[in-house]
Amino acid sequence: MAGGIKKFVVGSFEDEKVLFPAVKNVRRAGYKIHDVYTPFPIHGLDHAMGIRETSLHTAGFIYAITGTTTALTCMSWIFTKDWPLNIGGKPHFALPAWIPITFELTVLFSAVGMVLTFCYLCQLSPFVKKHHFSPRATDDHFVMAIECTEKTNDAELQNFLQNAGAKEINVQVAETGWWLGRYDRDQKLYREEKGY
Amino acid sequence: MSLLKYESQQREPLVDGNKDYHQVTEDIISPIEMKPSRLWYIGFYISVALLLFGVYSVYREVTYGIGQWNLNKTIGWGWDITNFVWWVGIGHAGTLISAILLLFRQGWRTGVNRAAEAMTIFAVMCAGQFPIWHMGRVWMAFFVLPYPNSRGPLWVNFNSPLLWDVFAISTYFTVSLLFWYSGLLPDLATVRDRAKTKLRKLLYGVASFGWTGSTKHWQRHESLSLVLAGLSTPLVLSVHTIVSFDFATSIVPGWHTTIFPPYFVAGAIFSGFAMVQTLLIVVRKVMGLQDYITLGHIEAMNKVIVLTGSIVGCAYLTELFIAWYGQNPYEWYAFSQNRANLFSPYGWSYWLMMFCNVVSPQLFWSRKLRRNIAVTFFMSIIVNIGMWYERFVIIVTSVYRDYLPSSWSTYYSPSVYEIGFYLGTFGLFFTCFFLFAKYFPVIAVAEIKAILKTSGENYKVKMTEIEKADAEKFYLEEVEHEHVH
Repeated sequence: MAGGIKKFVVGSFEDEKVLFPAVKNVRRAGYKIHDVYTPFPIHGLDHAMGIRETSLHTAGFIYAITGTTTALTCMSWIFTKDWPLNIGGKPHFALPAWIPITFELTVLFSAVGMVLTFCYLCQLSPFVKKHHFSPRATDDHFVMAIECTEKTNDAELQNFLQNAGAKEINVQVAETGWWLGRYDRDQKLYREEKGY
Repeated sequence: MSLLKYESQQREPLVDGNKDYHQVTEDIISPIEMKPSRLWYIGFYISVALLLFGVYSVYREVTYGIGQWNLNKTIGWGWDITNFVWWVGIGHAGTLISAILLLFRQGWRTGVNRAAEAMTIFAVMCAGQFPIWHMGRVWMAFFVLPYPNSRGPLWVNFNSPLLWDVFAISTYFTVSLLFWYSGLLPDLATVRDRAKTKLRKLLYGVASFGWTGSTKHWQRHESLSLVLAGLSTPLVLSVHTIVSFDFATSIVPGWHTTIFPPYFVAGAIFSGFAMVQTLLIVVRKVMGLQDYITLGHIEAMNKVIVLTGSIVGCAYLTELFIAWYGQNPYEWYAFSQNRANLFSPYGWSYWLMMFCNVVSPQLFWSRKLRRNIAVTFFMSIIVNIGMWYERFVIIVTSVYRDYLPSSWSTYYSPSVYEIGFYLGTFGLFFTCFFLFAKYFPVIAVAEIKAILKTSGENYKVKMTEIEKADAEKFYLEEVEHEHVH
């Protein structure tokens, strides 16, 4: 998808109470929501959009056990094989004394690993250039970007958003790239969900 | 959902003044966009001056050796380690607020967590200076790192609490920094999107890592914050526990006690919250953030202070009792003579500590005093003095008289360069804090917005009813009044 140009219809909402039914209606009407940009986390919006749960915490757990094993294997090898030091005649394999360092490395590996994974998944880095649909998405607007396909009728969609309660509506063209993200792939199709 | 999150009518809203989202952005971000006030410059230059004095003191110490300090053969740890433990302790409040209070779903943390986390990071930076420069030959500092080296390889001693400290403090610093900065990303993006000048747009654009506010990103961000909070909670408890192991695993009378870990952690939270109060009372006033850091926030922190202060008080009395009950003559001598005897050389410091940490916070049982800003500010200073003396008492009164009276030390008082080093860390701390207050959002904008509409809803309903009823009653009385005449 690199290098392509895509068209988006962008609607800005001022109230999260209007946003929720709007998301539902837009999806029910069969439009593909590219993403919703909000100034703060809105609980339940990911479910309303049909985005699957993140498994970042699983990654965190894997990093954590990596830290635990790294600490334990290193210390055991160093103190029993590589250079067994006699410290007051105490056992070389001094597991209780190694718990603090094991714990600290568990936390360190998990935290650093998770933050790096988070930045990678969200494509966050100091010099990345992204298309921002609205500067007010970090202030007080909830900005819904809907991707247009060949079949989409812009005018109809704009009208639809107006009825759904959007305050500002415009059409934007954005160059797609790796940074744009493909969260729509994460979204389940509407008919796959239960209860509808 | 609303039933699960029922809030009492007695709970005041966390943000005063019926604000909307844009108003929140405006209030918190606009100080960054304005030129700093004269007061800011004065404070900043004083801090830089202190920092420079600290740099000079450290220069003297490195060039001429540890002899520049008044440590002697008995008191090998004096002001330096006292200051180290004091600063690390202060560095506990930030992570406690942002991690433990997040897990306990305490909404009031949103007003104070950003500044408290920043304070944590700066305090840990200051703390780290002391053990590093205390090494004397500081250019050998990398010897504390375990790596295959050309010295044998000679490894570090993994069984030593001093090495545990190296791991604990560096992990704590790294994790706190990551937690703080990942929380900052959305707010830095807010500054970027409002920026009028090119330079600001560029700098905040770089600093915000291209944050867009995408729903998927927020979902991951929430997961990240929650797991980091879960990791930081045992971490924050482990750090001061390990610091206390430095003392508790030795056989020095007055140090060799199992009560140290919980007692140190409670003391750390106690002093940390006091420092948060000192800073935030000034910040809210100078930056006009009274609507976000309300009396309710100050009161909540004072409650933590009275709780942890009382835990510390219990610990003092317990260790005193156990020293007597344990019937170890050396232990009892350390407590009865070196510390509790007012007329022994350092007896004054023990009683000063007792007064500042145990007696004075009891004032906060009174709601009126908890909500009094002048009293809170004064108390926060008293508590920090008290907590400094706690570490001084533990360190100096235990080591100045050894098992052998022949090796008892003369009276220890710090040299000008020891004091200068301590003042220098104040300079470092406040220089960083002034820069933070100028260039970063001191309140977590996104988190405030998330609780803006839900906090204190029932309180607002109650107040509107009372106001309406009052107005009606007032009107009826007026009418009656007119009828009579």
